[in-house]
Amino acid sequence: MESSILSIKNLHKRYGKIHAVNNVSLEIQKGNVYGILGPNGSGKSTTLGIVLNVVNKTSGEYNWFGGSMETHEALKKVGAIIERPNFYPYMTARENLELVCKIKNIDYSKVNEKLDVVGLIDRKDSKFKTFSLGMKQRLAIASALLNDPEILILDEPTNGLDPQGIHQIRDIIRLIASQGTTILLASHLLDEVEKVCSHVLVLRFGQVLYCGTVDGMTNQNGFFELQAESNAQLMLILKNHPEVDQVFEREGKVIAHFRNKFDAWLLNRYLAEKGIYLNHLVFKKMSLEEQFLELTNK
Amino acid sequence: MKRLLAIELQKIWKNRASKILTISYFIILCFIAMIASIKFDIGNFKIHFAEMGIFNFPFIWHFNTYIAASLKFFLAIVIVSMMANEYSYGTLKQNLIDGMSKKEFILSKFLTVVLFAFISTIFVFVMSLILGLCFSSYTEFGIVFSDMQYLVAYFVKLVGFFAFCLFLGVLIKRSAFAVGFLFVWFMGENISHAILKFNLFNRAPWVDEVYNYMPLESMSNLIVEPFTRLNAIKNIQMAVGENSVKDYDIHFSSILIVLVWTAIFIFSSYKIIQKRDL
Repeated sequence: MESSILSIKNLHKRYGKIHAVNNVSLEIQKGNVYGILGPNGSGKSTTLGIVLNVVNKTSGEYNWFGGSMETHEALKKVGAIIERPNFYPYMTARENLELVCKIKNIDYSKVNEKLDVVGLIDRKDSKFKTFSLGMKQRLAIASALLNDPEILILDEPTNGLDPQGIHQIRDIIRLIASQGTTILLASHLLDEVEKVCSHVLVLRFGQVLYCGTVDGMTNQNGFFELQAESNAQLMLILKNHPEVDQVFEREGKVIAHFRNKFDAWLLNRYLAEKGIYLNHLVFKKMSLEEQFLELTNK
Repeated sequence: MKRLLAIELQKIWKNRASKILTISYFIILCFIAMIASIKFDIGNFKIHFAEMGIFNFPFIWHFNTYIAASLKFFLAIVIVSMMANEYSYGTLKQNLIDGMSKKEFILSKFLTVVLFAFISTIFVFVMSLILGLCFSSYTEFGIVFSDMQYLVAYFVKLVGFFAFCLFLGVLIKRSAFAVGFLFVWFMGENISHAILKFNLFNRAPWVDEVYNYMPLESMSNLIVEPFTRLNAIKNIQMAVGENSVKDYDIHFSSILIVLVWTAIFIFSSYKIIQKRDL
């Protein structure tokens, strides 16, 4: 059974003249992995800041776990990392995590286990200020996992990391996702979202452009890549088809976009009836990146 | 409550600078006892503080609380920086994300402030008791434990002052600027008081009345300076013909004013945290 973890309704946030979050609605169900996509300054972090109790909303509503508890109580069951890791530099990794345990009102038993998950167990008695950015980010993930959260919120978790660091963080995220934890991942790195997320929310200028499954987004606008003996004749015939949106030639292949979903066998039959026999017929999904650019450039 | 205190004490205790300042504060408090050994010998003119009666019960309560209160700046720095650090480390945000409510956050700071004031009061109480039992001319039970209101005033004074520091930390976010602002405020209160009183309104009594309600002035009014109360000083005053009758008592009204300020500071700190986008 699916149960609602977070529901956001018509959320607005204004900073003076800037409308940072404009009428965002979102429903987060247990067990899914959600991605929030958007260019820099599109309101991703502000939206997360609001539901995490650090930014005040201008209007709208949100509630955690069906509204059964107050936000700060609900946040004890949430693990979240926002932008950069925030810890006390003069405390060791272990002490920092113990402080989080005190805040979340849980005992210290998970501290070593989670340090182990992120590979920091050897450095647990080093001060936070001696850590590299990648280690700080991993400590932040350990801290977010301390209470075995119902949902893990990650805001740009790989920002500023080197390739190894990005890889480590991604492995950890994948591991957590495979254990059935709900994840909300804000990022502008598209392949990151495409690889781990099942659902996606696209924001631009604080407005929701798309909200649904990743497959739904990439399937929506597929296109055909075709080639025949005479491409010119092929294009002529395609242009007369009522369902065809646009046709053009690229690198010796004819690209055909249809207005609605169109099956390959239908196209094949139609062309054969017109006396055209294809050398090459491929239905291509648009990658998330192409889809995203198309959405945000409108 | 225990949880909130444990959180806050860990933050302070693991920070070396705060730890050193706190420890030195209590060590320096101990040095009040050293006043006992101060002796001046200038020809025939001899001053030995311990024999002048400053450690007599119940006067010692007044004297020690007054002196001890002047050391509050040590802890003020600790308190301002414990708040300002939360901003600069970004941990205020992280604490809230981890599930602390804004109310709990301010409450944990305030409880720490009260705890500091309480420990200081206990400390001064024990130290004065020991000093008094060593040097006082009177050690009857009734006299020893009279005038305990000075300890209450001392406690309230510290809580009020620390609450002010906390508020400045919340408002200004940077410890250096907050301490600087505290100093500017202190100067501002005194200078404007002096200008209003002596230049503009020709020593009109209402100026003093109004300034009794200012935060720092009301805190310093809680415990009036004890020096002119000493017999030796009184004798000198009599000799030069100044015969002032000063009121050295603790007034309930001044305690009330400081408590109201404390409430205002804590409540505004909460409101600031609540309104601000962090």
